[in-house]
Amino acid sequence: MRSAGRPGPGSVPGQVERGGPDGTGPAGGGGAMMRFMLLFSRQGKLRLQKWYLATSDKEKKKMVRELMQVVLARKPKMCSFLEWRDLKVVYKRYASLYFCCAIEGQDNELITLELIHRYVELLDKYFGSVCELDIIFNFEKAYFILDEFLMGGEIQDTSKKSVLKAIEQADLLQEEDESPRSVLEEMGLA
Amino acid sequence: MPAVSKGDGMRGLAVFISDIRNCKSKEAEIKRINKELANIRSKFKGDKALDGYSKKKYVCKLLFIFLLGHDIDFGHMEAVNLLSSNRYTEKQIGYLFISVLVNSNSELIRLINNAIKNDLASRNPTFMGLALHCIANVGSREMAEAFAGEIPKILVAGDTMDSVKQSAALCLLRLYRTSPDFVPMGDWTSRVVHLLNDQHLGVVTAATSLITTLAQKNPEEFKTSVSLAVSRLSRIVTSASTDLQDYTYYFVPAPWLSVKLLRLLQCYPPPEDAAVRGRLTECLETILNKAQEPPKSKKVQHSNAKNAVLFEAISLIIHHDSEPNLLVRACNQLGQFLQHRETNLRYLALESMCTLASSEFSHEAVKTHIETVINALKTERDVSVRQRAVDLLYAMCDRSNAQQIVAEMLNYLETADYSIREEIVLKVAILAEKYAVDYTWYVDTILNLIRIAGDYVSEEVWYRVIQIVINRDDVQGYAAKTVFEALQAPACHENLVKVGGYILGEFGNLIAGDPRSSPLIQFNLLHSKFHLCSVPTRALLLSTYIKFVNLFPEIKTTIQDVLRSDSQLKNADVELQQRAVEYLRLSTIASTDILATVLEEMPPFPERESSILAKLKKKKGPGTVTDLEEIKKERNSDVNGGTESTPVNASTVALPDSPLQGSLAELVTGPRPRPSRLNSSRLAIHNLQTGVPCLFKGFFTSEEHSGFWLISLNTSLLSVCMASELNIQSTPSPSADLLGLGAAPLTSSAPPPSSTGSLLVDVFSDSASVVAPLAPGSEDNFASPDLASSEVVSEEPADTVHDADELIHKFVCKNNGVLFENQLLQIGLKSEFRQNLGRMFIFYGNKTSTQFLNFTPTLICSDELQSSLNLQTKPVDPTVDGGAQVQQVVNIECISDFMEAPILNIQFRYGGTFQNISVKLPITLNKFFQPTEMASQDFFQRWKQLSNPQQEMQNIFKAKHPMDTEITKAKIIGFGSALLEEVDPNPANFVGAGIIHTKTTQIGCLLRLEPNLQAQMYRLTLRTSKETVSQRLCELLSEQF
Repeated sequence: MRSAGRPGPGSVPGQVERGGPDGTGPAGGGGAMMRFMLLFSRQGKLRLQKWYLATSDKEKKKMVRELMQVVLARKPKMCSFLEWRDLKVVYKRYASLYFCCAIEGQDNELITLELIHRYVELLDKYFGSVCELDIIFNFEKAYFILDEFLMGGEIQDTSKKSVLKAIEQADLLQEEDESPRSVLEEMGLA
Repeated sequence: MPAVSKGDGMRGLAVFISDIRNCKSKEAEIKRINKELANIRSKFKGDKALDGYSKKKYVCKLLFIFLLGHDIDFGHMEAVNLLSSNRYTEKQIGYLFISVLVNSNSELIRLINNAIKNDLASRNPTFMGLALHCIANVGSREMAEAFAGEIPKILVAGDTMDSVKQSAALCLLRLYRTSPDFVPMGDWTSRVVHLLNDQHLGVVTAATSLITTLAQKNPEEFKTSVSLAVSRLSRIVTSASTDLQDYTYYFVPAPWLSVKLLRLLQCYPPPEDAAVRGRLTECLETILNKAQEPPKSKKVQHSNAKNAVLFEAISLIIHHDSEPNLLVRACNQLGQFLQHRETNLRYLALESMCTLASSEFSHEAVKTHIETVINALKTERDVSVRQRAVDLLYAMCDRSNAQQIVAEMLNYLETADYSIREEIVLKVAILAEKYAVDYTWYVDTILNLIRIAGDYVSEEVWYRVIQIVINRDDVQGYAAKTVFEALQAPACHENLVKVGGYILGEFGNLIAGDPRSSPLIQFNLLHSKFHLCSVPTRALLLSTYIKFVNLFPEIKTTIQDVLRSDSQLKNADVELQQRAVEYLRLSTIASTDILATVLEEMPPFPERESSILAKLKKKKGPGTVTDLEEIKKERNSDVNGGTESTPVNASTVALPDSPLQGSLAELVTGPRPRPSRLNSSRLAIHNLQTGVPCLFKGFFTSEEHSGFWLISLNTSLLSVCMASELNIQSTPSPSADLLGLGAAPLTSSAPPPSSTGSLLVDVFSDSASVVAPLAPGSEDNFASPDLASSEVVSEEPADTVHDADELIHKFVCKNNGVLFENQLLQIGLKSEFRQNLGRMFIFYGNKTSTQFLNFTPTLICSDELQSSLNLQTKPVDPTVDGGAQVQQVVNIECISDFMEAPILNIQFRYGGTFQNISVKLPITLNKFFQPTEMASQDFFQRWKQLSNPQQEMQNIFKAKHPMDTEITKAKIIGFGSALLEEVDPNPANFVGAGIIHTKTTQIGCLLRLEPNLQAQMYRLTLRTSKETVSQRLCELLSEQF
């Protein structure tokens, strides 16, 4: 009974197959990485999406729609974890926003829940009592902060100070950048 | 914190976002977006060069539009331009756009890579950080190829800043995940391991992630990380809550790093070094102790972080599975969590206990929590928690508590959520079977299942109950009685009608003595359900009726009347109509003896893996039902394979709606040899039966099953029956191909059943040689030319191995066929392989009318072969009756690659003379092939990597067969490798790829076959990671063309 099963994309002979059962792609060795993170509102508006595994736009839309439906249908006191497709979903609601991470089978649910919390803390510190509007109008900042915090689906630095320091530095650069612009560039002298 | 200057960086963007938010309708929003897109497009196309700020603003607007869910098809170039800006914010927006929107536009990737290269070389840490983030975000193979060599250098360079090191480590991890082949191991690996000792905890955290992933695939290379990880962990768990400053999270010291270190340790067995091991045990104990301490904070963040480390520690304890003390402590801790007020903890405790239940040390401890878990099943309000409870009950089930657990699950099933019903049904069915001491309990349980959740009872479940009832005669009477009673319910599920119909058709006679269940009552009961059932069920019931004709001659006329009615004989459904016609005819013309033979009780099914387990496994995905191998479709690529094209169909007779279609291929392989009453006609029928498995091969789903019935339509039952009678008259000596395994040429499709004669020929003959109609006494027709020439073994024990390697070569690209044949004996083979395992059915057919005595087949492996190939089989019955056949199953395990083939030696006495036959058994290395599909680029990439001279084996040889492209393709597929189309630049060439699975290793194999039509030559090149494998595969495949 030999299989006609196809190896996951990117796998080559001589290398153990580690494709997800639905062939969505190579699971990170041992299956312990974040696949994606979504922020969406109670009304089902997507506010931020970050994918850590190449996924087609069509598939992304489908997954987002499906997962939002599942999560929004859950009642407040229910547990923060659920099995979805071949992934584990960890989510938490902060005011009107749902923060939702999809992780692989081996990954630690509780630490992911706290990872969400740490990200919310970072946003909160940066914006000063963050609300959904901050994320809508400064979506690029929300992405920058997330990028400083997570990279390739792994936590880059867990220290609030380090992450915020990096963002502050960037903001300082921005101010330096911007002040000469108004004077020189607008007059066409730069 | 700096107050955020909301939007005044890019006022236009804020205005635009406000506009969008003010849109009252979707249409208005789209209109506003289109207006903006037009505006941006004109700005980008305009004559006036845009300054960096405007470019940034517009690119950011495009990004916003994209994130709203609209497609963006321009602006990429402007974003790439931003990458080379010296202004941080412009660069940053450029990178963000690329990260979110990059596509596989190769021209663009080159430009992006250039910008990244410059930033990586800039030595400006913020720019380097941006570039590394972009690589990690895109993570494409092109980027891996361009930067995978560079990043390790940045990572281990002494002067790299900590923040860049962190980014470099994770960036490399991302590239390794998508393109491990571009990340060569090297000197840097040992230096990466030492990052575990770094001062900066952020660096350690990032490095631990990287090392964990690398260590999974290169455990040897990263072995030293174990002791470093243990000491790091030890320092963390023993530190005071303030020691680690900003890395302390709600009074928990470095929880993320702790979790990661514990995960890294799960890549390895328990440390060998006693000191390291002791230190690790101490750490784990400390973590367990801390769980008992009062919380340092009431915040949920504190307990979550603390418990995250605890659960990871428990995972490690379970992974090591070596310290009974720790396992039991872990179990007790989880037991406490089972009743915790936090739903999350209850969920995780149930989940974690599931794995704990499989450890012998803690299984008993887990079982003590059964009442709590059952309670969870009843009271949890969240379906995902109840689901975990079901899983745990399943995992903790054993003989001692099976009845209780099954009862609770059945109980729960009545109210269970629809989403998990099917899974519960499967679990109940498996537990009931696995732990049935009393098969009446098993039958009751399954019938209950059908009653409670009939719609969720998949076919595998009811096939299985029938399989078990047929195989165990102590339960047959009870089963008949129980289904009869269950069918009394006015509304019963169709699945019950199926089971009832099947069981009464086989064993209705066992309860017919009771006047309350007389034959007529049984029939009327079944027939009262008939009209409410679907076509497949009605078809099954018709088969039951014809079985009743045999079991209960007294109701024959009643049944014939039903069959004769217009609703049957003129049924619009062609299958039902055909059955009615055939069964009616059969009941009219066949003698009692023939009826008794044709409609005899089903033979027991060979014991095999439960098809339900396979189904559960399939449902849950691989890895979750660990005691099972994956169910996979059998490869239907028998190159010379006549089996598929043999239009045998007596199955309607032998197997009325075989219940076990999911597994038929194995289940019906060969009926048990029975002494013949009606010698020739029985034999004929059995011959037909043996043909059945071939037809069923690969039929797994009900759709395919019905497809099968469609195929079967052109061979009518009646003609087969008549033919079998014909056969009695025309072939006095039953020297036909006993197995129906004859090889047909590749091109032959099912011959039209134009006459019963030609049908029979196909059934019985080796179709390679016979197309001629059957003539009495023309025995020669039956033997294929090459086999007819096989030596007749004389009285002296002969040591010659028949046909030496030729036989092996015949089977290299196929799995079924006749291995050997002489005037006395025919040996047929059917085999199947999956990964490094295989199973071979050997059929020994006695072609004479005299018994073989002391019949002993022996498998002989040389010492060398024994170490690489593990064969297991049971002895067969030493007596083989004239005209009968016996079956032997050989289980095969490939330990490592091998060159030779095992020898099958058969000794027996025939009419006072001693016979000794040896043949090579065609178990060759390529049987353990698993095909691998890959794109052209990957193929040549791999090909180049295997350029070491020892890895390559080449053979140039003359074609022995006509050079036909299609046949060649089929042979390469039959060989086991994937045939890769459109990979080789020369379309005349063939390339293939696959993995040889052995127990010890897996060997990637690439092959290329270049035909030269003018010269009638081939050049075959094999490249594999192992010299002996290249050599053997090259030898084997060269003989095929």
